[in-house]
Amino acid sequence: MKNQQILFYSKLFGSHEYSQLKEQVSEFKAAMNTNQRKRADAKVIINNLNFYYGRHHALKSVNMNILEKKITAFIGPSGCGKSTLLRTLNRMYQLYPSQVAQGEIMMDGANILDKKQDINILRAKMGMVFQKPTPFPMSIFDNVAFGVKLYESLNRCELMERVEWALQKAALWEEVKDKLNQSGMSLSGGQQQRLCIARTIAVRPEVVLLDEPTSALDPISTAHIEELIFQLKQDYTIVIVTHNMQQAARVSDFTAYMYLGKLVEFGETNTIFTRPKEKATEDYITGKFG
Amino acid sequence: MIPIYTRRRMINAMHLTFSILAMIFGLFWLFWILFILISKGLDGISVALFTEMTPAPGNTGGLLNAIIGSLMMVILATLIGTPVGILAGTYLAEFGQHGWLASATRFINDILLSAPSIVIGLFVYTVYVARVGHFSGWAGALALSMIVIPVVVRTTEDMLRLIPDSLREAAAALGAPPWKVVTLVTWRASEVGILTGVLLAIARISGETAPLLFTALNNQFWTIDMNQPMANLPVVIFQFAMSPYESWQELAWAGALLITLSVLGLNIIARFFLRKQTLLA
Repeated sequence: MKNQQILFYSKLFGSHEYSQLKEQVSEFKAAMNTNQRKRADAKVIINNLNFYYGRHHALKSVNMNILEKKITAFIGPSGCGKSTLLRTLNRMYQLYPSQVAQGEIMMDGANILDKKQDINILRAKMGMVFQKPTPFPMSIFDNVAFGVKLYESLNRCELMERVEWALQKAALWEEVKDKLNQSGMSLSGGQQQRLCIARTIAVRPEVVLLDEPTSALDPISTAHIEELIFQLKQDYTIVIVTHNMQQAARVSDFTAYMYLGKLVEFGETNTIFTRPKEKATEDYITGKFG
Repeated sequence: MIPIYTRRRMINAMHLTFSILAMIFGLFWLFWILFILISKGLDGISVALFTEMTPAPGNTGGLLNAIIGSLMMVILATLIGTPVGILAGTYLAEFGQHGWLASATRFINDILLSAPSIVIGLFVYTVYVARVGHFSGWAGALALSMIVIPVVVRTTEDMLRLIPDSLREAAAALGAPPWKVVTLVTWRASEVGILTGVLLAIARISGETAPLLFTALNNQFWTIDMNQPMANLPVVIFQFAMSPYESWQELAWAGALLITLSVLGLNIIARFFLRKQTLLA
């Protein structure tokens, strides 16, 4: 109950700050004079973001709007900074002291890069699924309940409902409903990845970050997960990093092409894949480069 | 092409032969030790060994007081050393990768790990036994726990490092604060390995003589009062084996066999768990 209150107040606090910050934000953005559309339905607004791995300048002045309840895909060759950008959104980089982000990422009116932002509550709002499936060494049930128990105190029955709901959403329920007490590690790779997605959804985040979620999976599991991502769009804002351009074209509404730490082009997926403005984007998409 | 291949095969065969010879050389002594130990010790194994106290010279008796004393001190040392060791090892692996404190701790721990155990015995003698004025079971347990700590620190750190960072990231990404990541995820993922470290530490201390010689000393009578000098297997073996009395010598062999078998058992259990851990990680 206490945790719920904290979450509630943090949201309240966030929206309270929002009214104060809204003016500053619009001023700031006008000053930035970026050529991107500013849309009222942006969930996450990235302004002039720079990122450093020690001395290596990995992200260079990235500006982007991530729209609510849409799927945004980051594409680009290896090392272009797309995963880095994703890991900046939930401040995953903070686990490693040599990594520094500068700039502004606004979500619900608050800068999530601000030191005052509670990092754990931020991560509860920004779920993340990783490239390799990472089931915890516990039962399937406990894997899904893990995140829920951190911020909500549900009774056994409510918890069971939530776990079932998350596993249903992740299209895994039918396969595991009879063995919820078995170790999460006993599942196949594709099932493990769906378990990780269920675990992320169970917390009810607002944004789901997917870091190449299907790169370790076979085509059938990939199809399962793409289907799933598409359905999740109804309730969540989704950001997906992918090496697979067909995947970006299939699932995403917006696509960002990144190269050498810069955002080269960002727009609706249709436009990016059919009429890209930049020559570099066209070369990458048509396979001439990368 | 062919000459190179033939040469490689010859070198391979040569190395293999030498390796096998080296292995046989090592195993030969090991089995000889075990053989002597069993042939001499087996005679002394009897019900009396576990039910009677250490005898006066020339009399018959058992090792009950020494077995109980050893058990009590080893268990107490493990109870003191394990939590300290696990917490310190967790700090080194999970929190202190970057500071000077961690590297200093790691360095000192490595020194402690290879320090001669007699030094630890002397240390406890100076700071505890000499001040209190008498030998005691507490001092013995304290000295043994100082041998447990570095072993457990080292294995805990190593086992936690086996856990991939992706698992920590996955837990952190759900909003888990660092202490929950450690207690709920990484400890659980490496519990088998950490347990193995504790078992190996127990195996190590159950045969230590030097630190007990200066701390618990020995006691010919039954006592479970930790404030008294306490009988224990290693020191009894040391004393009885050096004596001219045949009945004492026989008991020393039996005690040596007893320790060896329990250490062997602990090692086998530890190995079993360790295999499970490496399969998991």
